[in-house]
Amino acid sequence: MIQKFAGTPLDKQKSHGKIFTTSYEPKLSYRWDSGEAIGRYLEELKQGRLIARRCDGCQRVMIPPRMFCERCFRPTDDWVYVNDTGRILTFSLCYVSWDVRRLKQPEIPAVIAIDGASPDMGILHLIKKVPPKQVRVGMAVRAVWRAPSKRRGSVTDIAYWEPVKQTEEPR
Amino acid sequence: MAKRKVAVIGAGMTKFMHRALETPKELAWLAARSALAASELKLKQIDCVVLGSAPDAFDGVHMKSEYLADGCGAWRKPFLRCYVGGGTGVYAVAQAWFQVASGMFDTALVVCEEKMSTCQPHPQAAFLTIFDPITEQPLKPNLLWIFALEQTRYMETYGITVEQIARVSVKNKRNALNHPAAQLGAKLTVKEVLASEIMAWPVHRLMVSPTSDGAAAIVIAAEEVARRVTDKPIWIQGVGWCLDSAYWTNRDLAYPEYVEKAAWMAYRMAGVKEPRKQINIAEPYDPFAYKELHHLEGLQLAPKGQAPKLLADGVFERNGDLPVTPSGGLLGVGNPIAAAGMMKICELYWQLRGEAAKRQVPGKPERGVAQAWGDLMQVGTVVVMGTKKPE
Repeated sequence: MIQKFAGTPLDKQKSHGKIFTTSYEPKLSYRWDSGEAIGRYLEELKQGRLIARRCDGCQRVMIPPRMFCERCFRPTDDWVYVNDTGRILTFSLCYVSWDVRRLKQPEIPAVIAIDGASPDMGILHLIKKVPPKQVRVGMAVRAVWRAPSKRRGSVTDIAYWEPVKQTEEPR
Repeated sequence: MAKRKVAVIGAGMTKFMHRALETPKELAWLAARSALAASELKLKQIDCVVLGSAPDAFDGVHMKSEYLADGCGAWRKPFLRCYVGGGTGVYAVAQAWFQVASGMFDTALVVCEEKMSTCQPHPQAAFLTIFDPITEQPLKPNLLWIFALEQTRYMETYGITVEQIARVSVKNKRNALNHPAAQLGAKLTVKEVLASEIMAWPVHRLMVSPTSDGAAAIVIAAEEVARRVTDKPIWIQGVGWCLDSAYWTNRDLAYPEYVEKAAWMAYRMAGVKEPRKQINIAEPYDPFAYKELHHLEGLQLAPKGQAPKLLADGVFERNGDLPVTPSGGLLGVGNPIAAAGMMKICELYWQLRGEAAKRQVPGKPERGVAQAWGDLMQVGTVVVMGTKKPE
């Protein structure tokens, strides 16, 4: 039986400046090719539209679109335009940025099930223009697009998603 | 082809720490040496070495396996590194099991190491690159997002409250007070957990495991060797693993089907038909408090959505009907990613041998399950261990 576990914990304050370290900032840059499906997806985003792919094997309308169906393991068959509305499948109120800075106003990441795609077929995006405490699972939301001149073929061409006001007809 | 029976014959680990003085290689060596010493084998009696370690980005050393090889005792030996994100620590045992069960080797040393404190200003930033570079990274996601999104879905689907989930932190951090290698053991109340900072609602700070430095290791051997070196071999009765789709926003996050599939693979091999009756002790993966409950359901140790109730009823306490995470888990002992999963394997080894000291669960447990999870909420890895040789 082990009586004493090895390892030397360093105390943040006491060890500051007393331990030899060396540091390095990597300068790495990448150019990711979009591929066929995501290339078309980005092109359509630039036009203010969402597009999906249908698989005739499982009948799923999939977004983000893909050229092969991972379930049927066969090529997908058709392009299908879907709506720029949906409902919130799940969300969070996040007070920490990607590089661990604290945020006063939370970001609201959500998985949004897209209307016109198969049930529960969601994409990751951000919710804004709503008091954080009022966000609910199941809430109907719609995309708020950047001005056409500001779009660059990116998921951020949708600036954010906002709740569909109850008085409005769904588009 | 007949598979050979394989047993764990030694386990060891370092302390888990926020920041260690030791280099990654030295941490690996400390854990490997301690497992070897426990097995009473010499390095020259080890036929092959398996390493589990997470993304190279944490250490800033590319091809970390080559860098860590010396510390793992892999010098001039057949050597394999495996990696499935957070699922690595348990996966490594399955990969090592192959080497011996196949008849290729009689012994294997399995080492899992992680040193996260190297990455500046915080290893969190290195996680950005796990997301899809085109459809997700432009949104600047962080790791808390996916956990918080999954927890919300889990709570919403089954009507579970944050209070129920906070109990996991209370239990595991308390259990860790009895683990001499633990980083974050604490006596807390549900109220204190809920009073801690909200990181990403519904996730509070005390529901999140820390970043850690540490290593853990085991020695496994074929039956013939195991019988010769110990009268208490702990058998690897079953191994299982499964990956779901990386299109994580297209799946229902309320239930981890891939964990269920991995569990049944391991249970079938172990001859377990009724997990709730035949598993005496469980070490599910608990990087976040809700994950323990989520995984217990995937492991078939609680009906869907019912794990929180069983927890509140005391079933999962160390002296309960089904002790869960008696080690203190990732929430209490710490989370040096791959090493955290291996720590759970070490815990089962010590518990099943009756050597867990103050953490020992009563009633001489005969069989336990350890599980880890990772990647984009998509991988389940499971190992079933027991005091009886599998049929």
